[in-house]
Amino acid sequence: MSVRRGADPGTEGIRSARDDVGPIPRKNVGPVAWFDIRKRGLGQFAFSLNRLTGLGLVFYLYLHLAVLSTLFRGQEAWDDFLGIATTKAFLLLDVLLVFGLLAHGLNGLRLALIGSGRGIDHQKALYRSCQVIGTILLLGAALHILGGD
Amino acid sequence: MSAETQTTRRIRVFRYKRGDDEHRYDEFDVPVSERSTALDALRWIQLRQDPTLALRHSCFHASCGTCGVRVNGREGLGCVTALSDVSGDTVTIEPLANLPVLNDVVSDVTPFMERFPEPHPYIRKSEFISEADTPDDVDAYGRFEDCIECGICLSACPVAATDDTYFGPAALAYAQRMLEEARGADREALLDWADSEHGAWRCHASFECTEACPSDVRPAQRIMLLRKELGNRKKEVSS
Repeated sequence: MSVRRGADPGTEGIRSARDDVGPIPRKNVGPVAWFDIRKRGLGQFAFSLNRLTGLGLVFYLYLHLAVLSTLFRGQEAWDDFLGIATTKAFLLLDVLLVFGLLAHGLNGLRLALIGSGRGIDHQKALYRSCQVIGTILLLGAALHILGGD
Repeated sequence: MSAETQTTRRIRVFRYKRGDDEHRYDEFDVPVSERSTALDALRWIQLRQDPTLALRHSCFHASCGTCGVRVNGREGLGCVTALSDVSGDTVTIEPLANLPVLNDVVSDVTPFMERFPEPHPYIRKSEFISEADTPDDVDAYGRFEDCIECGICLSACPVAATDDTYFGPAALAYAQRMLEEARGADREALLDWADSEHGAWRCHASFECTEACPSDVRPAQRIMLLRKELGNRKKEVSS
């Protein structure tokens, strides 16, 4: 038995079939489809949140590097930044960051588990468990961040 | 259909004919009962309102897989999608997403079928040789015999929505079923196929294919098992 290597849908066969017939209906334009959870299940919600938090964490990484670069501008610039960073509004962003880390990290663990063949039939229960654990950890982190002196 | 249970629903239908610059939606008021399906409505429109409406169906009982459409944005087989289960004043019926439109609500399934690895025969060898052994664990094999190749999983998949080169849930699930059935399948070739950049690793485990599948094939679960198999093979190679 052979496997058709040419089954790659990017090959000419599929392109020609598509071009000769009609338009391809999409639910949304481009990556917007990743975030459309209307009429979709828990898995799509997890997928969307994972993408959203992933993008947010990448954005944070660059923001973090930009903020650290204020060190190059001396003690005064750094102290000015710390003055902003310790305001309640800024600390709320830290809580948001922890939410992103927990949502992405815990779902990543779930995906690693089911991707290695464990708990596949319980993927929804696994996600619910992640939500519960994440909520408890987030509450703890928020109390720690916002409740400090 | 008894007269006293009839109501009227507004059905909004996707229209596209070859040569049209773009698609449009036509609306029809259709008499329906509690048991009316999306396919019933489309057939009523074709018979009573607009004979140019193209639709595809065959069996009327969810076994042929030809009448897959989206009803108010949700994939389903038109023949078993009861309009009474669909909320809203207007019911919108569209062709499957992520496949080219052939004519009105009829999708061209060629790109869907071309995704499958060969051999992908219409009748599998094990189904017509009398001496074929029954697998030890029939349940483990039964699900993939249930795939009716309707294309609904591909329409529901968020990865296929942005990547036309992704093999998609049905083809990958088919490969997994072939791997489980030890009847001469070339396991290495199948695993090589599934291991490509368009294969099992492209899935992002949203499980929408499993949610949408009208035949309980559970393609997402099978893709995860395929990944496990690929992971085991990599471990064997590295050790």
